Amino acid sequence: MKTFIGIDLGSTTTKAVLLDENAQILGRGITNSRSNYETATRVAKLEAMVDTRLTLCRRQLKTDVPELQENLDEFLTRLELGFRCEQFVEQLNDLESTCIDQVTGERFAGQETAVTDVLASVFDTLRGEAPAMFAPGAQRMSDFFRDIAGSRYLTVAEQTAKQAGVSYELLLNVYDKSIIEVENRPPSEDMSGKFLRSLEQLVRNAPEFGIEAQTVEASVKGALDIELEEAYLVGTGYGRVTLPFSKEHIRSEILCHGLGAHMMYPGTRTVLDIGGQDTKGIQVDPGGIVENFQMNDRCAAGCGRYLGYIADEMKMGLHELGPMAMKATRTVRINSTCTVFAGAELRDRLALGEKREDILAGLHRAIVLRAMSIISRSGGIRDQFTFTGGVAKNEAAVRELKKLVKENYGEVTININPESIYTGALGAATFAHRALNEGSIAR
Amino acid sequence: MTVITTSRAKRPAQEAAKDDSMLKQKTMMAGHYDRLTSARERGQKVCSTFVPGNLNELILCFDMANNLPEVNAIQNGLRKKSGQYVMEAEKLGHSEDVCTYVKSDIGMMAKGNLAPNGKPFPDPDLLLLSYTGCFTFMKWFELLREQYKCETIMLHTPYEGDGKITDNMREYMVKQLKEEVIPKLEKVSGVKFDIDRLRENLRRSAKAEDDLVYVLQTAKNKPSPIDAYFGGIYYIGPIFGAFRGTDDAIDYYQTLRAEVQDRLDNGRGPVTPEGDMGEEKYRLVTEGPPNYTSFRDFWKMFYDEGAVVVASSYTKVGGVYDFGFRHDPDRPLESLAEYCLGVYTNRSLPQRVDMLVNYVNEYQADGLLINSIKSCNSFSAGQLLIMREVEKRTGKPAAFVESDLVDPRYFSAANIKNRMESYFQMVDQKRSGSSTAGEAA
Repeated sequence: MKTFIGIDLGSTTTKAVLLDENAQILGRGITNSRSNYETATRVAKLEAMVDTRLTLCRRQLKTDVPELQENLDEFLTRLELGFRCEQFVEQLNDLESTCIDQVTGERFAGQETAVTDVLASVFDTLRGEAPAMFAPGAQRMSDFFRDIAGSRYLTVAEQTAKQAGVSYELLLNVYDKSIIEVENRPPSEDMSGKFLRSLEQLVRNAPEFGIEAQTVEASVKGALDIELEEAYLVGTGYGRVTLPFSKEHIRSEILCHGLGAHMMYPGTRTVLDIGGQDTKGIQVDPGGIVENFQMNDRCAAGCGRYLGYIADEMKMGLHELGPMAMKATRTVRINSTCTVFAGAELRDRLALGEKREDILAGLHRAIVLRAMSIISRSGGIRDQFTFTGGVAKNEAAVRELKKLVKENYGEVTININPESIYTGALGAATFAHRALNEGSIAR
Repeated sequence: MTVITTSRAKRPAQEAAKDDSMLKQKTMMAGHYDRLTSARERGQKVCSTFVPGNLNELILCFDMANNLPEVNAIQNGLRKKSGQYVMEAEKLGHSEDVCTYVKSDIGMMAKGNLAPNGKPFPDPDLLLLSYTGCFTFMKWFELLREQYKCETIMLHTPYEGDGKITDNMREYMVKQLKEEVIPKLEKVSGVKFDIDRLRENLRRSAKAEDDLVYVLQTAKNKPSPIDAYFGGIYYIGPIFGAFRGTDDAIDYYQTLRAEVQDRLDNGRGPVTPEGDMGEEKYRLVTEGPPNYTSFRDFWKMFYDEGAVVVASSYTKVGGVYDFGFRHDPDRPLESLAEYCLGVYTNRSLPQRVDMLVNYVNEYQADGLLINSIKSCNSFSAGQLLIMREVEKRTGKPAAFVESDLVDPRYFSAANIKNRMESYFQMVDQKRSGSSTAGEAA
């Protein structure tokens, strides 16, 4: 099967989208950009491949195992969890052997065996915890290996070291030296093996699906065996120039956002994207071709980073800002959208006795006002209007945007896709699809 | 074509390719600064004036040297000196939002007022405010008058609000020339006005102007043998500066014309700092001045992509010649009046739109690019409206980038490059006419 890949190398996260020959989405993958776009690209692509295999399994199982239909979603979720658990254990093994390799030199003199024993014990514990961590319904703080493994390693290592009378510092040292290396080493290529082991567990331990093992295994194996050919790849986003992509494999994120928004909502004529470091107002024609765009060249006031700064100032999580602002009973007027001044504005209003939620409502309104100014420069809002980027996930920003759109442009359909973070990658993948299928480079 | 090495502080030496006309101009400019800085010892009087509405032919009639503070600011921008001058001016109390030509000039004065040859500029004997369409010019000379306590002339140029020059406007300008400008020039210089001398100067101007227009219009060819924005800055140098009305200018434009003709005959593209431009992929019209502190970096963003500017409004700020206007020895004062009234920034927004639409069509351009200058309201006000109107009337895509004249702090290379790349890809999309983007959906 031919696949078409779009990679969006953002400043915070790297996203990948895979399309099939009919330009249908096969899979999506995301990872942190970790200042290493080459690795980020590899990992995001691999994640999208995992998602792709699940899509293919879904398609195959739909045809082959009709009795599974009602429980298909649950079945695939469990299959994925099993896969994630396998992958997690594989990375733990990698981390363990990498840590052991670090136990050398003067610092460890005479303690090599003790430290190695503690490491073995710590990793045994972590491996033991894995199945529960990936059990259905279990909450994980993050999907990134570094976050999950890191927090547990530090806790378990501290206890184990204490019991064994080994310095915790030494265990921290080997971990710090190893984690980046392991994180930047994508899991092994044996994806099918991990899926099949997960399936084996699932069939053995979950009689509730009431399925015939052989049929399901044959079906899933069929999906896993489909050969995926990387027919064309297009990269976009700020990191695109740092990658060894040739010119015809690079598209600007403005064009990719325009086309991606069009693919999600074909009626889109205006796109607003508020990302971490810039705000784009894009006008597209009925075919998704960019007609005009405006961005801010001289100042980045009012971008997503502004909210991050506010969150730090208020000692809150970024995702907590929106919900708190939603509780506001009034909107405090904030004029400055300068990220650095925001802190001063905030403290000033607090000193005047304003409530935090009311101030936050004002800050959200301020960034949306700034975005409205950029959109109006690009030609205003036309029906339909699609809002993308990280800030589109913030309900308070969305509420202000809806108000201001109505005040200024009347009734307009506003589209916000839960997968809007993949808009740029989807546009890039569509360019890749067109590049090959229209016989010329995607224009 | 000769390759010379430019010396640049803190940068590895880079070889900049230059055509012979560029080298000739370099020599001319060096001569100009040597004449200016030695004016006092030679007993020559000095007149400071502006590029728009520059009355060089008249100034020459009084044996005065012409000093142009805007050109000095540009020189300082190109030579990476303007940044420190702008900061110096801010230290003296000039706000961040003031025109950076002004601040570069004020800062330069505070730092010894040195010309590019390292010698101090002479104090002006006369400030000739030749163009009032830019209010900042007036304030600029107010500051200089305070500093130098010298004679000042203000020539009031009515704005072409209705899109045309009326008899009244022309007569009003001629009256000012007769009653205000010429008598003061006589008084300061001690030279009696000779209208025949003016006619001779104007005759020489018209000759050079013919060649300039020929050169600019060669860009109608595909591929264009010139770049009418970055290259255009060189081409307008002598005629916008201190050389209009001189034999030097005639020589320069003859050389230039022959050189461009040779490029045209041989199917060669424009000269760039890295040699001849490769394949011409995009033809653009630009509106607004360039950025001078990152001039080469900005230019590179164009020629690396195969983009050539075929027409620009900026190369018309010191006079619009391509629609037929010429200095006319038979109507000396009237034609000077018409010249002043007709400069690009004195034209109404509809006139500017007409001009840009005409350029996009006549020069078969792919679209319009606006470089909006932070500290120049004369240019920037109304540019978004201009952009939309040109888009509407030509059906060609436009783009908008922001930077500044000579303040290096307002040139964000990564962001501008990103916009430019996006714009070129947008032009590609438009050109292939693919309304098929969504077909795969």
